Amino acid sequence: MKHLNRIFTILIFIFLYIPMAVLIVASFNVGKDITEFEGFTLMQYAEVFKDRSLLTLLGNSLIVSILASVIATVFGTVAAVGISGLSPRLRKPVMALTNIPMTNPDIVTGVSLSLLFVFIGSQMLGQRNSLTFWTLLIAHITFNLPYVILNVMPKLHQMDKSLTEAAMDLGCTPLQSFFKVTLPEIMPGVISGAIMAFTMSLDDFVISYFVTGLDFITLPVEIYNYTKKQIQPKIYAMFTMLFLLIFVLMVIMNLLQLKNDKKQAKRGGAA
Amino acid sequence: MSKELIRLRDLTMEFDGERILDAINLYINDHEFLTLLGPSGCGKTTTLRIIGGFLTPTAGTVTFDGKVINDVPPYQRQINTVFQRYALFPHLNVFDNIAFGLRVAKLPKDEINERVNKMLEIVSLKGYGHRSISALSGGQQQRVAIARALVNQPKVLLLDEPLGALDLRLRKDMQNELKRIQQAMGITFIYVTHDQEEALSMSDTVVVMDKGRIQQIGKPEDIYNEPKNAFVADFIGESNILDGVMLSDFKVKFFGRTFTCVDKGFEPNEPVDVVIRPEDIDIVAPEEGHLVGTVTSVTFKGLNYDIIVEFKGFKWLIQTTDFHGVGSTIGIRLNPEDIHIMHKSEYSGMFGDYSSYSAEYDELTEDAGDEEE
Repeated sequence: MKHLNRIFTILIFIFLYIPMAVLIVASFNVGKDITEFEGFTLMQYAEVFKDRSLLTLLGNSLIVSILASVIATVFGTVAAVGISGLSPRLRKPVMALTNIPMTNPDIVTGVSLSLLFVFIGSQMLGQRNSLTFWTLLIAHITFNLPYVILNVMPKLHQMDKSLTEAAMDLGCTPLQSFFKVTLPEIMPGVISGAIMAFTMSLDDFVISYFVTGLDFITLPVEIYNYTKKQIQPKIYAMFTMLFLLIFVLMVIMNLLQLKNDKKQAKRGGAA
Repeated sequence: MSKELIRLRDLTMEFDGERILDAINLYINDHEFLTLLGPSGCGKTTTLRIIGGFLTPTAGTVTFDGKVINDVPPYQRQINTVFQRYALFPHLNVFDNIAFGLRVAKLPKDEINERVNKMLEIVSLKGYGHRSISALSGGQQQRVAIARALVNQPKVLLLDEPLGALDLRLRKDMQNELKRIQQAMGITFIYVTHDQEEALSMSDTVVVMDKGRIQQIGKPEDIYNEPKNAFVADFIGESNILDGVMLSDFKVKFFGRTFTCVDKGFEPNEPVDVVIRPEDIDIVAPEEGHLVGTVTSVTFKGLNYDIIVEFKGFKWLIQTTDFHGVGSTIGIRLNPEDIHIMHKSEYSGMFGDYSSYSAEYDELTEDAGDEEE
């Protein structure tokens, strides 16, 4: 039984990571054909950094992801504090409502946001091109928000409610007590929420495809266009770098979580 | 005593239509050590939280130094609180926790250092400034919480069951410590506890509460010796409470026998509750006793024996240093000052009968959680 367990675990890991392995190997391949490894080279990586348009696309993606995740983190944290302050009777339905957009199919979210933006842009503001960088950014903030709230909420629940009372007792206004006491306490949740929002934003294709204009294209959207032709090997190199970036972020997030859990356990043990 | 500092007038609190506090009237003097004592759910913590500014009363007023402060938020009150589970800031070390209030008030750095260090000395935590909160024991955390509140030099310190989480030995030490600090700093303490012994040993004034109402206010000795009703008599110490009739001043009749007592001012033939403390009863030979009964249970308590004695179907608790075995017949004598008379109240008949006495049961209920609100 124990052996069987282990074999299954190994199989699952192979299943999960073998596509990535293939991609990484392909990025170092001299030849263009992925079915045959003709020799090791870093040439494709050099190609990535030579290709201006590819770098612009990557830059676009990073700009949207960073802006969207930062703004969503601020709004999401404030929203989570507000929701946790509601009476339990209200809190549950509100949480359910914030969670629904996460399970909503991306294509539905994308199309409905697109319709909304076009309606507001052309009918209310009278613009010809209503889909721009700004609509893309707003869309990303929108679908990031629930992830931030989902990460911050448990931290707020774990926090001893009397901490904010203690802060106010010692002279803090409610706003001061939020920055001096609540925020440091929920910081691990805020950071993991921000990282999750960033990764969600970075690799989003479906929603972005519907809400972005022609003047501002993100990497995943453009790559979709590439797939219609033969994919160039330098794309593999860039994917590998993106994968590593997200991998590192996830490791950081998990380490933070681990550190926080340890601290929590220690605190619990001492009390 | 000194001048009045806080006054509660007809203070009423309702949560979802349930009345937690029912028109509380109370004044607290400057430099006083006042304890709100009562079982869980009696409204004592609610009263404290209203004084601290964390709850707004449904009706009635809180006056501080002559001004109504109902709508003054906690951060503008000259009152600090020691919370039930300390509520220390886990992301700050001991020094920074204590300095928190002073930094919010933007005091100069030198003064902050000086005052925090002095405070660390007062609570015997010198040299602990750089420790993290999680590295402290319960008793040490407790002292940090007290230091963090007192360093702001409040006029009033509110303490919400501050010793509840500590073990018995530590609790006794901290009781003395708190009393010492209160006297040294001359600050008004309002202390909430469900532990009657703690209340009696530390306070200048004890306020006994139950069901959102004040049952009795008085000095610890008065509360113990002159309980106002059966609830107070039972909650503070052990009491045998019997039905009696006050024949006239200084004459009370119970168990078919007339006793001389020291109470007066009752209506002729008024039905009353008679309280007899278990430690006041003298055991004598059966032929010399006012009453004669049979021992039905003996529990060794260290200092004394708790014995249950049956008199005509009613069981009394008697505390004695002499051993009397189960089944032995004893007589008791009651001196006039051993008998305390109370008016009948809603609590009459609910307390003071040891027919179902069990030592273990008593201990279980005593420690049952006291989570309020």
